[in-house]
Amino acid sequence: MPETVLVGRGLTKRYRMGEVDVQALRGVDIELFDGELMVLLGVSGSGKSTLLNILGGLDTCTSGSFGYRGIDLSGADEDELTTYRRHHVGFVFQFYNLIPSLTARENVALVTEISDDPMDPAEALALVGLEERLDHFPAQLSGGEQQRVAVARAVAKRPDVLLCDEPTGALDFTTGVRVLSVLERVNRELGTTTAIITHNAPIAAMAHRVITLGDGKITSVDAHPHRTPVEELRW
Amino acid sequence: MSALDRKLGRDLWRLKGQVATIALVLACGMMALIMLRSTWQSLLAARDAYYTSYRFADVFARLERAPDRVAARLEAIPGVARVYPRVVEDIMVPLEDEPDPVTGRIITIPDDGVPPLNGLYLRAGRLPEPGAADEVVVLEQFATAHHLLPGAKLPAVVDGRLHRMTIVGIALSPEYVLAISGGAAVADNRMFVVLWMLRSTIAPAYRMVGAFDDVAIALEPGASMPAVLEAVDRELARYGGHHAVARERQVSNFALTMELSILENLAVVIPAIFLAVAAFLVNVVLSRLVFLERTQIAVLKAVGFSNRRVARHYLVLVALVVVIAAVLGVALGVLSGRWMTNLYSDFYRFPTRVFQVAPQVVALALGIGLVSATVGALGAVFRVARMPPAQAMRPPAPLDYRRTLVERLGLGRVIGPSGMMIVRELQRRPVRTAMSTLGIAMGVGIFIMGRFSYDSFDHLFDEQFTREHEEDMTVTLSRSHDGRSLGELAHIPGVSLAEPMRIVPVRFHGGARWRDGVVFGLPDHSALRHLFDHETVPIVLPERGLVMTDKLAAVLGLGIGDPVEVEVLEGDWSTRTLSIAALIHEPFGMQAYARTDWLSAALGEEPRVSSVLLRIDRDRLPGVRARLKNLPAVIGVSSTQSIIDRYRAQTGEAMLVITLILTFSAAAIATGVVYNNARISLSMRSRDLASLRVLGFTRREISTVLLGELGVHVTVGIPLGLVLGTWWARMFAMDTEAIRFPLHISMHTYAVAAAIALASGVASALLVRRRLDHLDLVEVLKSSE
Repeated sequence: MPETVLVGRGLTKRYRMGEVDVQALRGVDIELFDGELMVLLGVSGSGKSTLLNILGGLDTCTSGSFGYRGIDLSGADEDELTTYRRHHVGFVFQFYNLIPSLTARENVALVTEISDDPMDPAEALALVGLEERLDHFPAQLSGGEQQRVAVARAVAKRPDVLLCDEPTGALDFTTGVRVLSVLERVNRELGTTTAIITHNAPIAAMAHRVITLGDGKITSVDAHPHRTPVEELRW
Repeated sequence: MSALDRKLGRDLWRLKGQVATIALVLACGMMALIMLRSTWQSLLAARDAYYTSYRFADVFARLERAPDRVAARLEAIPGVARVYPRVVEDIMVPLEDEPDPVTGRIITIPDDGVPPLNGLYLRAGRLPEPGAADEVVVLEQFATAHHLLPGAKLPAVVDGRLHRMTIVGIALSPEYVLAISGGAAVADNRMFVVLWMLRSTIAPAYRMVGAFDDVAIALEPGASMPAVLEAVDRELARYGGHHAVARERQVSNFALTMELSILENLAVVIPAIFLAVAAFLVNVVLSRLVFLERTQIAVLKAVGFSNRRVARHYLVLVALVVVIAAVLGVALGVLSGRWMTNLYSDFYRFPTRVFQVAPQVVALALGIGLVSATVGALGAVFRVARMPPAQAMRPPAPLDYRRTLVERLGLGRVIGPSGMMIVRELQRRPVRTAMSTLGIAMGVGIFIMGRFSYDSFDHLFDEQFTREHEEDMTVTLSRSHDGRSLGELAHIPGVSLAEPMRIVPVRFHGGARWRDGVVFGLPDHSALRHLFDHETVPIVLPERGLVMTDKLAAVLGLGIGDPVEVEVLEGDWSTRTLSIAALIHEPFGMQAYARTDWLSAALGEEPRVSSVLLRIDRDRLPGVRARLKNLPAVIGVSSTQSIIDRYRAQTGEAMLVITLILTFSAAAIATGVVYNNARISLSMRSRDLASLRVLGFTRREISTVLLGELGVHVTVGIPLGLVLGTWWARMFAMDTEAIRFPLHISMHTYAVAAAIALASGVASALLVRRRLDHLDLVEVLKSSE
């Protein structure tokens, strides 16, 4: 049985959005195992982004607990969460969130400069197939390329966990497949525990495990002994 | 260089428009501080050094005539360190290139050429040689104004006889830092000259051999000034001694000190207002700017940067803005300070170049700039840094717009959906609306504050002063003239009216309070001199009693009907109790008026004439002037116009500099506020605006939505600024004993202030409109924010 990397117990989250009270999570128990590629599936508004944000230390839960490799982080303060993100977690967002004023290489360097054992930015960009686009600014890259820079930025610090929030949400099919295969390659070659959020059910076929979320609760957990190669995914 | 540093550099470049406008406003504040404070400090330091090195006296006294041995008695007074007895006589200098006679003052120096007090700084030439008659050293201000060099000749009427003096030296004196004679209200480099002569050569002409009629005294450290003044008065009483005055009341020093204190006030108030406006603007702009960066801040935090590191990143950005502002502000401050000090140096003469910038002033300007900018940005940085990154990355929750008052009043249909968006935006963000409006108002206000002194001067001279003074010329007669002078003047061809005026130097006492001033004796129903109360209602001189300026009455704590003790400072030095019959309002000086006949009777003296007011046919003016120069009884001539011209020359240029700087700053502030607001609104709302374009709105329509809001800010900001400016100006309206500076702001100034704000608004709107026209609809809608 692989080691548990991330664990959440009884996680709830309530927040106000303008005048609306949103109950995003209603008591979620979840684990993420070492080296696995997990897909978190759910329709929009099901609470998957909130869950990922809490697990990644980007947001705090209203109640419940979560921990990383046996360390309880539910009561962690801002500095501890910053350290956790800095050394252990890599993020990929739906809208890439690159710094527009920095080139591809510099966007990656932003992270490698504050990491303990990072890859060379060029190496990380080569890993995502962008060795030719090192000195391009985000505005000079296509959406898929930008997202691959974001992946390179996330993996360059050799994180334990890679958390991806709708990484293909803003991309067309071909580009989306390209990004997913990069993520699959990182998971396979570097052994980085990876969680991918998507509302796109066919993508789930590439995962070791699929957790489905609905209305703030986990509705099913399915293991895939036989994963579909990324190139064969269709949506 | 780290990637974050590179981001900093590129952000700075991307935001160059905003950075430049903020830096400019901040630079204006720093410039004002450095300029005014350095000028003040430089003049102060120059004055103090000059007074010390050239042994400026502590006490001055005039008297009729005392033998030299009295000087030794003065020296024996406890606290007196040194006594400099001298002969000081006012003369007439009929200079050929000057239509009016120049007022001259001869001051004797010892035969060794070195005055023990009030030392001369010889700028050119040499001191007079013993035995050489008619050699003089003249005051530099006068020599410069008339391009006189050593070797030039100078005509002078000494004791009724015309002499041709030879200028051998040109000098400065701490006693005449400002070229001002006791009688004049303003300095005059052209029309007043001091001539220093060896005592042995000039004393015989005034029958002053072995005697003196003026004395300067230096005190020992710690001596009691009141005790010395009293003792000096006692000693000199029997020699016709006037009240001895302390250095503070010495004419040149008094004027210099007053100017310095005005400058000191300006150096506090103007930079304070400026830097407050700058801090406010920086706060508004930077906090919005940082807020727009919330997504990037969230990303930095998501990848593991700490709050402190993120905060530091943005504070460095702010610091760089301050550095840019500082380079500009210090450079402009030093330049304008030097310029201003040079202007002052034309009138206030010191032996050395005086301008210096103290490092502390620069540090102070930098510090205040840094603090105001940092405080401005800090709040926003921490607000964003405190946000959980996930929240910061989400677009801000839709704001809860409500039905506005306009809609409830049923005006919604009138203004249409675009108008409604503007109205709701304004109502939804009341703080931003208030801040922007206030920012524009401050720009407008600063302009008015800068222009008001100009307007007030114009008003003072063009209306008030000319309303009171209808004479074309005032002729001052020597003390020893005989009674025929009035007739002589009246008969000069071209003089259509000559009115005698008696001027009595007095000390007014009101209880324990006293002030030195003069009483003007005027004929009944004077046609040339008019008196008005503070509501410009004409006051006719009553048959009996004094008509006193309201300021003097207020200082003495007296009112209409009150008795006032009047101590005459000449002749028999008697003290009379007179009554105050009416109060008037005048812009200058501390004086009272009375009918000459009543005044003579009240003072128990024969009617005398000190000055004559003349009305002259304009085309015969040159002839009259030429005649006046040849009358031995005349020691000075002044015209209303020349007083106005001199005052303009003395204060006008410095005022022009300040006005220019304030105008420039006002435009910078107005542009800073409007342009930055427009840019930030554009960034914040580009998505909404692009959506509107996608829905089929024209460019013009979406411009209306964005710029309409700014239009409202400008429209409300302008009238608010007019009120604010008037209020600030009120703080500067001077009400001193020497001058009552009225608060007067012309319609022209109000109009220009409004126009500057409007023009800045339109220019900013056009710049933003250009961006709006190039809004990339697809890109804006595709991106997450």
